[in-house]
Amino acid sequence: MTIQTYTLIMVGISFSVYLGIAWWSRVKDTRGFYVAGQGVPAVANGMATAADWMSAASFLSMAGLISTMGYAGGVYLLGWTGGFVLLALLLAPYLRKFGHYTVPDFVGDRYDSQFARLVAVICALFVSFTYVAGQMRGVGVVFSRFLDVDINVGVVIGMAIVFVYATLGGMKGITWTQVAQYWVLITAFLVPAIAISIKLTGEPLPSIGLGADLLPEVAGTAGVSLLTKLNEISAELGFGSYTVPFVGAWDKWNVALVALSLMVGTAGLPHVIVRFYTVKNVRAARWSGFWAILFISFLYVTAPATAGFARYFMISTLNDRPATEMPGWFTSWEKTGLILWIDNGDDRLRFSAGKDNEIFRAGAIPAAELGQIKMDHQRWLDTNGTAGADARIILNELGLSGPDRDIIVLATPEMAELANWIIALVAAGGLAAALSTASGLLLVISSSVAHDLYFRILRPEASEKQRLLVGRAAIGVAVVIAGIFGIYPPGFVSEVVAFAFGLAAASFFPAIVLGIFNKRVGTVPAVTGMIVGITFTAWYIVRCSLMKEAPMDFGIFPMPINPQGIGALGMALNFIVTLTLTPFFAAPREGVQKMIDAVREPEDASEALTIEGAPEH
Amino acid sequence: MHIHDPQTNPVSHPTLSPDAAARLAESKRRYWRTNLCIMSGLLAVWAAVGFGCAIVFADVLNAYTLPGTSYPLGFWFAHQGAIMVFVFIVLAYCVLMNGLDKKHRNEMDAIIGKVKKEPR
Repeated sequence: MTIQTYTLIMVGISFSVYLGIAWWSRVKDTRGFYVAGQGVPAVANGMATAADWMSAASFLSMAGLISTMGYAGGVYLLGWTGGFVLLALLLAPYLRKFGHYTVPDFVGDRYDSQFARLVAVICALFVSFTYVAGQMRGVGVVFSRFLDVDINVGVVIGMAIVFVYATLGGMKGITWTQVAQYWVLITAFLVPAIAISIKLTGEPLPSIGLGADLLPEVAGTAGVSLLTKLNEISAELGFGSYTVPFVGAWDKWNVALVALSLMVGTAGLPHVIVRFYTVKNVRAARWSGFWAILFISFLYVTAPATAGFARYFMISTLNDRPATEMPGWFTSWEKTGLILWIDNGDDRLRFSAGKDNEIFRAGAIPAAELGQIKMDHQRWLDTNGTAGADARIILNELGLSGPDRDIIVLATPEMAELANWIIALVAAGGLAAALSTASGLLLVISSSVAHDLYFRILRPEASEKQRLLVGRAAIGVAVVIAGIFGIYPPGFVSEVVAFAFGLAAASFFPAIVLGIFNKRVGTVPAVTGMIVGITFTAWYIVRCSLMKEAPMDFGIFPMPINPQGIGALGMALNFIVTLTLTPFFAAPREGVQKMIDAVREPEDASEALTIEGAPEH
Repeated sequence: MHIHDPQTNPVSHPTLSPDAAARLAESKRRYWRTNLCIMSGLLAVWAAVGFGCAIVFADVLNAYTLPGTSYPLGFWFAHQGAIMVFVFIVLAYCVLMNGLDKKHRNEMDAIIGKVKKEPR
């Protein structure tokens, strides 16, 4: 059977399972809709949290990024797992005790200000939308490659599926679907990684394989370690060393700042915080936090191995091959424009970091323009450089050297010539990762709009029915907006998501941490801090990413700061502004002080701290 | 969706004697202090491994390899080791805090129970 047939079967089966679960666990009451009736066992909740947390970016893009970045790619590994530690230790237990599971709700009540609530709602919506857009893009990439449809059609299919089961099952449906999605995505990630690891090194565990010796039949001689070999061939072709830290723009400051931004940014993501509410008590919430990071770590220690293996295949199998001997995966990905081969006329592929590199990606160049570039290149070749233009120079100047990083995970099993069903499984896994995160986020967007914006700010007298209607409508609008972002992406998947984290880091994190651990911080300093943090971060990202101006070193850092790391500085600025202003403004009123005291007790110290005892929701 | 409003559910026990109330407050205060200790201890490990070993000293540690493998040590921390340590940090937090909760739950029950002279 062909890959496409297998993919249709795998995707078909997994989608039927998701829809079946959504139907089986569909809910009618709001408690089931928003917190799954609090009946989810800790281990299952851990799996759901893991699927929620691991997005299309983790599954599809991360290994690809690490593959091209080497050591510096560790910022994503450190950022996205280290952030979970912050969430589990600093935020989740207290937010759960506060009884507010949307961040804006907490910020609004703790700082006793509708304005603070509004600022937080806008931030939450922005962060969630950017994040969902990344997921939709991931769905589009998978569909376009494996089911031979246009990326945009793929995005639309993804939108339709998510819309159906997010509105049908609410939180309960989403939780159990995510449990299923966890298994699909982790199997899909581990099976090919294990197969490749055995193929290259004979070690079944990819984490051990990456640090082991290549098999003699792969390397030619015995005793050549994979990493050493990788460093050698990278150096030959002019790429940076794979294991040596702090190369080029990734100096120590940038690595640390980007990692920190991702950590504090992920910690405040609303769709994960809400998962801590779906279990019975705080004890179970802590256990589900542990299960979640354990399940997450299976993928995260495997991803760098996949990245290393993919790098090895990329640079060792493609170079010097003529067009007639190109592997099948290469030609299929060429059709999607995610990988481009611009030959210099010798019919031999060259993939390097130098001027002779022939591997590019189409990026956001429109098809017509790309055709023109290719025609000019052909003319340039035919006329021996007297007419036309060298496409390699044009694409290099546009920053489009190398293949699109989003394809690495999907292409690696094909590079390693694994069985067709494994390749199809990876496609289903990528979809599971994207859909699980998207559905969690859409529910949060809907609750942000229906609860924080509509009910708490605009119309406090709204009935339950009206709120639910607004919530459902919000999911619909959110899906459409996310789809539009997915069709016209502002960058590739990981970058989009990373920017969302920067903004979350600069706005929420200081407000929540100070709100819990400092009783003195009042409304004005907190709001000012948030606004300063957001403005600074947004300004820098817009300046560097949209207006394409050079990053700055602010006169204190040895190297210009990567826009992905600016969230850490925005956060520091937020902390400084808030704490400096605090002594000059009033402390929170007594009611708020009591609220803070209440979260500093063992949870069941007061009877009312369960959702059953809630006054209204 | 507004689940709990502590303002309408003040955590106080009007039937307690001043002595018991003081001991209750003291128990809560100690609970919070220990909580902060556990948290800051674990966050110190988090920072030492996640930033110390994996980033700040990565170049120094890369001079060594992880025994039995060909991983340069700094690279290993950034790509593998830190993640494993993070899992243990959350496990430790879970076990320590659940234990602390139980201890203070019992302590507070004892104080309240003695005064009320009735099972809760």
